[in-house]
Amino acid sequence: MNHDTILEMKEIDKSFGVVKALKKANLILNRGEVHALMGENGAGKSTLVKVLTGIHHRDAGNIQYEGQPVAFKNPKESQDAGISVVHQELNLMNHLTVAQNVFIGRESTKARIFTDDHYINRKTAELFKLFNMDIDPTVKVGKLSVGKQQMVEIIKAVSMEAKVVIFDEPTASLTETEIEELFKIIDKLKSNNIAIVYISHRMDEIFKITDKITIMRDGEYVGQVETRETTKDELINMMVGRVVYEDPKLEPNVDQDAEVVLSVRNLSNKDVKNVSFDLRKGEILGFSGLMGAGRTEVARLIFGADAMDSGEIHINGEKVIISTPKDAADRGIGYLSEDRKQFGIVTGMSVADNVVQPSLDKYVKNMMIKDDRIHEISEKYIDDLNIKTSSTKQLLRNLSGGNQQKVVIAKWLEHNSDILIFDEPTRGIDVGAKSEIYSLMNRLVETGKSIIMISSELTEILRMSDRIIVMCEGRKVKELSIDEATQEKILHYATAREGGDMLEKQQ
Amino acid sequence: MKSNSSNGFISSIKNAVASQRFIAILALVAIYIFFAVSSESFRSTDTLVSIFDASYYIGFLAIGVTFVIITGGIDLSIGTVMMCAAIIGGVLFQMGLPIWLVLIAIIAIGGLFGLFNGILIAKFKLPPFIATLGTMMIAQGLGSIISNVQSVTFPLRGSDAGYYVNLFRLPNNFPVGIFVLIGFALLAALVLNKTKIGRYIFAIGSNREATRLSGVNVNRWETVAYIISGLFAGIAGIAYAATYTTILPGEGAGFELDAIAGVVIGGTSLSGGIGSILGTVIGVFIMSVLKVGLPYIDLQPHYQLFITGIVLIIAVYFDVRRRNKL
Repeated sequence: MNHDTILEMKEIDKSFGVVKALKKANLILNRGEVHALMGENGAGKSTLVKVLTGIHHRDAGNIQYEGQPVAFKNPKESQDAGISVVHQELNLMNHLTVAQNVFIGRESTKARIFTDDHYINRKTAELFKLFNMDIDPTVKVGKLSVGKQQMVEIIKAVSMEAKVVIFDEPTASLTETEIEELFKIIDKLKSNNIAIVYISHRMDEIFKITDKITIMRDGEYVGQVETRETTKDELINMMVGRVVYEDPKLEPNVDQDAEVVLSVRNLSNKDVKNVSFDLRKGEILGFSGLMGAGRTEVARLIFGADAMDSGEIHINGEKVIISTPKDAADRGIGYLSEDRKQFGIVTGMSVADNVVQPSLDKYVKNMMIKDDRIHEISEKYIDDLNIKTSSTKQLLRNLSGGNQQKVVIAKWLEHNSDILIFDEPTRGIDVGAKSEIYSLMNRLVETGKSIIMISSELTEILRMSDRIIVMCEGRKVKELSIDEATQEKILHYATAREGGDMLEKQQ
Repeated sequence: MKSNSSNGFISSIKNAVASQRFIAILALVAIYIFFAVSSESFRSTDTLVSIFDASYYIGFLAIGVTFVIITGGIDLSIGTVMMCAAIIGGVLFQMGLPIWLVLIAIIAIGGLFGLFNGILIAKFKLPPFIATLGTMMIAQGLGSIISNVQSVTFPLRGSDAGYYVNLFRLPNNFPVGIFVLIGFALLAALVLNKTKIGRYIFAIGSNREATRLSGVNVNRWETVAYIISGLFAGIAGIAYAATYTTILPGEGAGFELDAIAGVVIGGTSLSGGIGSILGTVIGVFIMSVLKVGLPYIDLQPHYQLFITGIVLIIAVYFDVRRRNKL
């Protein structure tokens, strides 16, 4: 097969105002290869892709595509030329059906006027069949799980008869089995001599499926390596300029009989089935499981965001009724949502305003807000948590993901929360900031806070947790102490279809 | 495959029953029966004709603005655009233009205002609320400027050019306009559900950025939605002229809110992505039946506003509750 170069991006510059997003960035892509694009958040990976596809326009540099110099003016032009993108954020129309989404912009028409949904339904069904997926083309996309939506997005990109397919962090919301399906799709594309750009933070995936890796840092090209000839540590070194280790924790830091701060009994609603557990003082309790296993739903019940059908919650031995998030916050529970932008922060408000948001009452005197005291306390958190911001007045949207997450932590600390629920604490956060969040979480439990950590990354679960609860289909399947937990064990229980009891008996 | 399609059939029936449209149809029938039982004189064909008369121009406005609302936008200018187009049409008629050309001109003027809105919103990125609020004032002012603050009169039935009145009512009082309204509603529903225009209008309302990234020229299709809204405002202007003959400058403001209320009662979501023409037509008829029916049970017209407001709030409440359940 012909493995010549299909795409060559050379010395691309791109500035947004005074910020230089790309400085002489390069990418050389061959047909039939899977090429990883790696770098911390803000390294310019997505910007490079957007320059290629015509969403942004470059300030300088050259792009050669199939031997011709090109400058795509908009996504349609690059799409027509055979470059399709699976975007990081889901880019689907929830109110349209699966097939309508897949064929948006390429509708088939009868008599040149009327759209032909039968045709696109059939075509979409064929595509799903080709890739062994079970999704009904006529269902509205908004009714699918996030993972399924991601698969629709992927099928849409694949269906465009592309010569280059770019995956921008495609696995962030996929389950293990869906990731396997994705890898099969990528293999199939590769064997059809299609070039694939794969943007991801996940090392194991990079090593599993890519042939080459281009590394970026601060908008600059750092280097290109063959995947076979590199190591994890070398890559991280190239990405951040320092070595970060991801070793698992070996034994719990908390005694078996430490004081129980939160006790949950028989929690149930439509997504959660009879879940009971205890959280001890100073403990990090990991919640593992596949997407849709009901972990976030348990957190939302404890935090009063959803109504429970039955069950009891005890805090410090006292039975409490939590029916709204305010009840939970007043009882010292803080929730850090997996979807920071939507539920965790107000991006258009300042650092200081976000920090005091739940505890504003403390800073009101004679009906006036005491801004000077708010700024004082925010300064303290900026120092304590090492939040990188130009001032307390900086708007949150201008902070990086890791620093936004720290502001959310500050917010709950300021509200005197003793029980913190971290839902995917490092999603969308780059490697450097990740280890900072980890050490911050360790410091929090040392000072007597207790943490429930929901995470889909097994390395994160094994590195941080003292104890691990594995969930599947709304049920708690297994509780593991960190010293007995392994990736394989967790996956085994997380994919147990028949619930915990039966599994226990079999063993 | 067979069981699949029958499941699809059953679930589509279930969806239809749960939909706002279905609730709206039930509400319309219930309100009509209530008036018919309460008042003997309500059960006359004259009353039915009055209900139709009250539905024409609001109905056309509502059908047009449904397109805009599904994109997630709003068009506040339709009320005054309708009057402005009709006034300019009246002036053209007085200048001696044949009536058929005047009618075409009225629709075209509506379309031009829609194009203007579309350019402001899609190309220059003005918020729809503000852009169309501006157009609303411009249209109201322009009507007065062109007519020199005089009222204009359209030809009456019986005069040479009066034949166009037959579009809405035949000489024997037969309300043929209802067929015109239904005809345009069917056409609009076809465009919305079976053509690319409609597909892209739904897509833009559902997720504008995703639609753009899919290679769709969202600016163009968003503009088309406003043009459709304007064209229907023009048609509404003709319906108004045919029903009321005399048009006063400076009128029209407020009609857009009646139309939008009808759209919302019919289940179209103001946040975009969801809506139907059938729902809109039902919503408009609910308001017309209330308007015509309330005097029959000795409630004066100002009760109509009061009760329509309550109906609107209940309708949106059901819609919100239904959506939260999903």
